[in-house]
Amino acid sequence: MLRYIIRRLLYALLILVSVSLVTFVLFYASSSPQQVARRNLSAKNPTPQQIEEWIHQHGYDKPRWQQFQEHMSQLFLLRFGKSDANGEDIWERIGSGAPASLLLATIAFFGSLLVTISLALAIASFRGTYIDGWGTFLCVLMMSIVYLVYIIAGQFLLGKLLKIFPLAGYQSGVQAWKFVMLPAVVSIVGGLGATVRLYRTFFLDEINQDYVRTARAKGVSEWAILFRHVLKNAAIPILTTTAAAIPTLFLGSLLGESFFNIPGLGSYLRDAIDSQDFAVVRAMVFLGTITTIIGYLLTDISYTLVDPRVRLE
Amino acid sequence: MRLIPACGVPNVAQPLLQVDDLRTYFGTPYGIARAVDGVSFVLEHGETLALVGESGCGKSMTALSIMQLVPEPAGYIDGGRILFEGKDLLDLTWNQMRQVRGNDIAMIFQEPMTSLNGTRTIGWQLVEAMEVHGKASGHAAQHRALELLTRVGLEQPTLVLRQYPHELSGGMRQRVLIAMALANEPKLLIADEPTTALDVTIQAQILDLMRDLQRALGMSMLLITHDLGIVAKMAQHVAVMYAGQIVEYAPTQHLFRQPCHPYTRGLFASLPSRYRRGVDLATLEGVVPQATNWPRACRFEPRCPYHWGTCMQMPPRMLGTAPGHTVRCHLYDPTVADRLSLDTLRHRGGDVVKAIGQTPEAEANA
Amino acid sequence: MTTLFPLLQNVLPLVIVALVVWVVVHARQQPLWAEAYRRLARNPLAMMALGVICLYGLITVLDSLQWRDTTTEEPKTVLDRLFAHVPQERTYSAPLATMTTGEPQLHAVQGWHLLGTDGNGKDVLYQALKGCRTAMIIGGFTSLLVTPLALLFGMSAGYFGRRVDDAVQYTYTVLSSIPDILLLIALLLVFGHGLDKLCYALGITSWVGLCRLVRGETLKHREREYVRAARALGVSPLRILARHILPNLLPLVIISITLGFSGLVLAESILSYLGIGVEAGTGSWGNMIDAARLELAREPVVWWNLAAASTALFLIVLAFNLFGDALRDALDPRLRST
Repeated sequence: MLRYIIRRLLYALLILVSVSLVTFVLFYASSSPQQVARRNLSAKNPTPQQIEEWIHQHGYDKPRWQQFQEHMSQLFLLRFGKSDANGEDIWERIGSGAPASLLLATIAFFGSLLVTISLALAIASFRGTYIDGWGTFLCVLMMSIVYLVYIIAGQFLLGKLLKIFPLAGYQSGVQAWKFVMLPAVVSIVGGLGATVRLYRTFFLDEINQDYVRTARAKGVSEWAILFRHVLKNAAIPILTTTAAAIPTLFLGSLLGESFFNIPGLGSYLRDAIDSQDFAVVRAMVFLGTITTIIGYLLTDISYTLVDPRVRLE
Repeated sequence: MRLIPACGVPNVAQPLLQVDDLRTYFGTPYGIARAVDGVSFVLEHGETLALVGESGCGKSMTALSIMQLVPEPAGYIDGGRILFEGKDLLDLTWNQMRQVRGNDIAMIFQEPMTSLNGTRTIGWQLVEAMEVHGKASGHAAQHRALELLTRVGLEQPTLVLRQYPHELSGGMRQRVLIAMALANEPKLLIADEPTTALDVTIQAQILDLMRDLQRALGMSMLLITHDLGIVAKMAQHVAVMYAGQIVEYAPTQHLFRQPCHPYTRGLFASLPSRYRRGVDLATLEGVVPQATNWPRACRFEPRCPYHWGTCMQMPPRMLGTAPGHTVRCHLYDPTVADRLSLDTLRHRGGDVVKAIGQTPEAEANA
Repeated sequence: MTTLFPLLQNVLPLVIVALVVWVVVHARQQPLWAEAYRRLARNPLAMMALGVICLYGLITVLDSLQWRDTTTEEPKTVLDRLFAHVPQERTYSAPLATMTTGEPQLHAVQGWHLLGTDGNGKDVLYQALKGCRTAMIIGGFTSLLVTPLALLFGMSAGYFGRRVDDAVQYTYTVLSSIPDILLLIALLLVFGHGLDKLCYALGITSWVGLCRLVRGETLKHREREYVRAARALGVSPLRILARHILPNLLPLVIISITLGFSGLVLAESILSYLGIGVEAGTGSWGNMIDAARLELAREPVVWWNLAAASTALFLIVLAFNLFGDALRDALDPRLRST
């Protein structure tokens, strides 16, 4: 197991090198230093001198190869530097924004897992009946609604009309969860459709297997069959899907945080988009990649916990 | 026709299992498939009944119907009675039937490789069989599980308890499934082709095991198979099924000595025999018709070498030819005016008759 | 796309339509597709979905054929001309209302607006219809970019194996390790605004999925007897790939495109909402939603432009989802497991 993890981490490093190359090419090699400088000084109508100063300040005047080396080492040491737009330290800002984003992401992730598995299990247990048919159709409808509508409608219904949750804003500390609930609920409901439908197929595939027939012949109740047999066997495809859903948490936080005024990493990124802040985007891309890779690795490791037939080599 | 049971068992008054006119149908896009269409038989305490036939004749579905595990929603039991110890199982609610399954009636299936839950240990699955019916739990259950595994002939039972199905061979898995089925000492064991998926060498071992366990527990067994060799070894009575119906029913010895129904004769004739070396293997012409479209009168008629006009007009009745021996064929129905005489059977069809007229046993004795 | 000659620009949509019709008719000769058509025709939901798709396609064509009236004006499309008679109001007005709303002093509405008007007084129905072309082009053009790329890499990786496979797998592992949205943001910040640039960016992030599928299927088919026989006979790999393996991949590709279409359309609206999608002037439901989201907080609530954009988006996405599902079931030789 340890050898497997080490090998995966080494491969991950290789991937990260390529990712840093991608960001380098995108942000630095695709436009000339003058363009980048102009982009960041555009509001102030810069003189050529100011442009040269800016270029030198931000290190864009060195040869490309050197730039890439610096770029890569900076990223790997997580020294993201300063924001192009307002000069503040990126890493500090990430540090201050991370707790809120983590809180939201954790609640949304585990809440979603709980809700989708329960719903899919319920629909699968009613297979062949009207509940199954209509439930699946409802899932297709829900996955056809764009996430933006969920956010807007969610805020309108739950915040404005029913006044269950605060409309927007954030307070760090003990009260934080209150402000995070609405975005979390929206995130869970918005992701229901496709996931419930998929998990339902996983459960139905298991229900038709021979071992379920054996369990029934033993006299096991349908409930016990679902929870003690089917669920465990469906865990692997579910885990795989869940791992693939980690990157979508970024989109959720990007849209949700900026909409609900939560000062996390998502709204930081949103501001960076608006101000065309390449330094911040570069940092987020790298950070996001690391998160995704770790997520996949953790999922693969958890396979061994769930299914004894899986052996990682 | 009832027989005196082989071993002395209390309560001789009623048979353990009595199936009356069981009908199990399936709704398909092409019409209703009548998989089991009027099956009746009797199973006494302590004895083994073999249900024999080709694929598609309805024998597996009969077994599933007794357990009420017919695949829903397409399948349903259309009618009939299944009397287990006098009570009609079809009258029970789902929960009541659940208490019968794995407890009074147990079933083992054909594919041991996929019949166990791959993510649970053998011990867990064995204990579940007991806990579900409240027979034992905790340490007592573990102890009993160990006992069962030893009983079915597994070496290192303590190790097997902790193992997962994928760590066992096919033969071992089938033993585990037998142990699971016997965990609550059922009165009836239904075995659906239990050895078909196993190596020939293992087959014999498993069959011996099943026979020993049956004798020790005084259990009845409904054995479903297409292999006449297994029938000879294991069963006291045989019911031959074709196209959803029983076409012949007899004590095993009688059936082997004197198969009556043309289908049964065809089955015996197609067995390879060292006495017929150098001769082409006899086969039954044609294929089993679709369950959605059984022939109107005699269902075997399209493939029968002896068929004549009446066979296409009137369905044959199930009648007795000897004590305990019933056949569904016009050849044995005295009321059918123009039936062929049994003597002419021997002279019809040349090679086919010659082959059919002599069973392997008859030839061996000749 | 924006630099073609005007005449070519008008001919292109008609050519595309003709091509699609020809392919659909021609495919009927193949037994697999003929059977699929039959099954689809028996599915009322799928036929309705197909109808919606064709409707959106029609609107797209109407919005693509354009010409100038005079040399100084901007070219106007057929859709523009159909709505030319609808006047622009002063500000918001509810659907089929007679008075404007949201002003200190209300004015009479001059025209007939089925879905009301937005903040600038423009007709909401017209704006919603303008978004069709964007959505269909995003889906269509991106799929056109993605498919050859995915087929090329997927088939090479699956067929030639070893080094080629390793290289391709490494490439798409790198791409898929970067969360899609982040990569899209990075690409679009560099590319800039525009419909075509959006297509390129979406293409780069979506080819991996299809590539994986193609690779898996190619691996499977490579071990089939008929392919091994062809290899033993010395048939060139290109011929094997083109004549044996590719036809077996086609159903998979078609299904993937159909089901992926809805994802692309949704992506466009989200990216336009974020401000990195199409240019401000182009019709886009994402832009409409962005402009509309603050209006729910007003008194009285202005809901109709949000509803119009959302519904237009919802209908086409739902149609592609339903049709894609039905198509997959129709092409699947085995019956569904449920």
